[in-house]
Amino acid sequence: MTNILEVQNLSKHFDDFTAVRNVDFAVEEGGFFSILGSSGCGKTTLLRIIAGFQEASEGDVLIRGRSMNGIPPEKRPVNIVFQNLALFPMMNVRDNVAFGLKRQKLKKAEINLKVSEMLERVGLNGYDNKKVTDLSGGQRQRVAIARSLVMNPSILLLDEPLGALDRKLREHMKVELKLLQKEIGTTFVYITHDQSEALVMSDKVAVMRNGQFEQIDTPRNLYKYPQTAFVAGFVGDSNRFDLQSVNTETIVTQGGWSLQRSNQNLSRQDNHSANVSELFIRPEAFIINPAADLAGVDRFDVTIDTMLFDGSNTKLSTTVAGSNEELLISLQQNAQFDALSEGSTLNVGIHRDDLKCF
Amino acid sequence: MGNKRSFTFYLLIIPVLLWLLLMIVIPHADLLVSSFMAENDDGDLVFSFANYAEFFNQKIYWLTFVKTAAYSIFVTMLAFVVAFPIAFYLGKVASKKVASFLILLLLIPLWVGELVTVYGWIVLLGDNGVINHFLLWTGIIDEPITMLYTDFSMVIGLLYMSVLFMVIPVMSTLESMDDSLIEAACDLGASKWVIFTRIVIPYAMPGITSGSIIVFMLVVGNYLAPNLLGGKSSLWFTEQIYNSFLSTFNWNEGAAFGFLLLLLSSAIIWLALKLSGQKLEKVGT
Repeated sequence: MTNILEVQNLSKHFDDFTAVRNVDFAVEEGGFFSILGSSGCGKTTLLRIIAGFQEASEGDVLIRGRSMNGIPPEKRPVNIVFQNLALFPMMNVRDNVAFGLKRQKLKKAEINLKVSEMLERVGLNGYDNKKVTDLSGGQRQRVAIARSLVMNPSILLLDEPLGALDRKLREHMKVELKLLQKEIGTTFVYITHDQSEALVMSDKVAVMRNGQFEQIDTPRNLYKYPQTAFVAGFVGDSNRFDLQSVNTETIVTQGGWSLQRSNQNLSRQDNHSANVSELFIRPEAFIINPAADLAGVDRFDVTIDTMLFDGSNTKLSTTVAGSNEELLISLQQNAQFDALSEGSTLNVGIHRDDLKCF
Repeated sequence: MGNKRSFTFYLLIIPVLLWLLLMIVIPHADLLVSSFMAENDDGDLVFSFANYAEFFNQKIYWLTFVKTAAYSIFVTMLAFVVAFPIAFYLGKVASKKVASFLILLLLIPLWVGELVTVYGWIVLLGDNGVINHFLLWTGIIDEPITMLYTDFSMVIGLLYMSVLFMVIPVMSTLESMDDSLIEAACDLGASKWVIFTRIVIPYAMPGITSGSIIVFMLVVGNYLAPNLLGGKSSLWFTEQIYNSFLSTFNWNEGAAFGFLLLLLSSAIIWLALKLSGQKLEKVGT
């Protein structure tokens, strides 16, 4: 696979702060690349630099190996779907989608054909003459995507396009967008603050913080093998503990909870246990009532303080026996655990490899 | 609010109704009635269409009206051309702080009063005025250009008094326009001209329409600028009304002319709205 987009050591300085700092990454042709970060981390600035609306202070953007330095947005082989969609309110659906093609001075019949095809592809055939202001959130979404895709860009940039939708519709559009990308094969660069969107849709995700990339990886690796404390805390849920001491055998938290460790716990490159100060454990990594013959598992007792019922996302808030560390443990909603009640004691196990220290 | 309007509701609505009734409905009704009255051979006031017939029979009257309307349309267009860049700068380019300061500057002529601004223009445009003086001093011209008491000075005066009423509504519609619309058009390969004609102007259309209506109405009903800045040939229809009332003391004819001005200028606005595909309900939002 060739790299369609390469961002080389890109920085963007504003008067008094740096929005993007030494960002370096490549996106494969046909890939779905997400940039995940909380608001103000510089991800929108980065996207606008790729689109050509802002200029980088340092570094370069290459599309198909060609430097985009000094090339205006309308000349770049990329199109952008804006956060607020930026549909033209004075035009109907068809005119919105045809807008870019008309600028290319294509023949009328060709434009009509392309627009009709694209509208059908996004499931909006028959909506041609509707005003965009009369459409629902999801439909407006699809018009915006169709308007950009009809230009047949090398890369489609999407700036949190699902942000304004309600939860149910967002879940639905997430799947739809992923399928659409698979079907048409255009490279997507997608920025979002919603980790679920990034994890579900992407082939590769970059986690961004304070203008820098913390980690670029597949969604699965990001979740299973976070490289930094920030990624471990940001992607997925985690129990976080400050550490008192770590040696080759055990990990002891500030709250006096002692755990056996393996040689997998330190994700850091330098692997110096002396620098380690934080421990992360996923709520779903805990095994309730572990079988006696399960190897590599630390066993301990917890007292159930509260049950936080949230359907498939239900968690137990517990305290580890013999310490004052509090733990959140995921609880599957099947009949097996119906008898659990607040105040009771539970035997829990954790595999040593699931302890992540930073 | 329930079905029964409260006492406070009526208390608050009374000033509005009184204003409408006493200041608008009754005077217009009175004017309408008197416009249909004319003296008969015996010198008695009787119902008649004579005042209206006078307008259509005497060439000078309807020619004056046609000229007034044509110039008003011209000034309205000119106001748009002048106001749009200002409105765009204030609404889109300038920072909030700079914009509000500049709007304040634009409002200053309104505080001074119409009469004073007109005399200001007389000082500027006269044969011995500031502009001619400057041009003579620089040697660009050898003898003064006659600018005052011409259609040119009249148009300048009318434009100056009305342009602000185009700036404000256009600015407020442009302010509400999201910058990403321009960026999206740019991203889709549109040139500056296409962005301007296909995105910016259509977006600002409600503001442009309401600005145009206000400017047209202000200009068509203006009396000071044509009277003080215009020449002998710059006869404005308002001056005909003035003459009927105060020179020939024919109040009934003046009333009829007043109504004709109202009807004909309303008809022009209606036609303009029809032609541009705008709806009055959408204007000014």
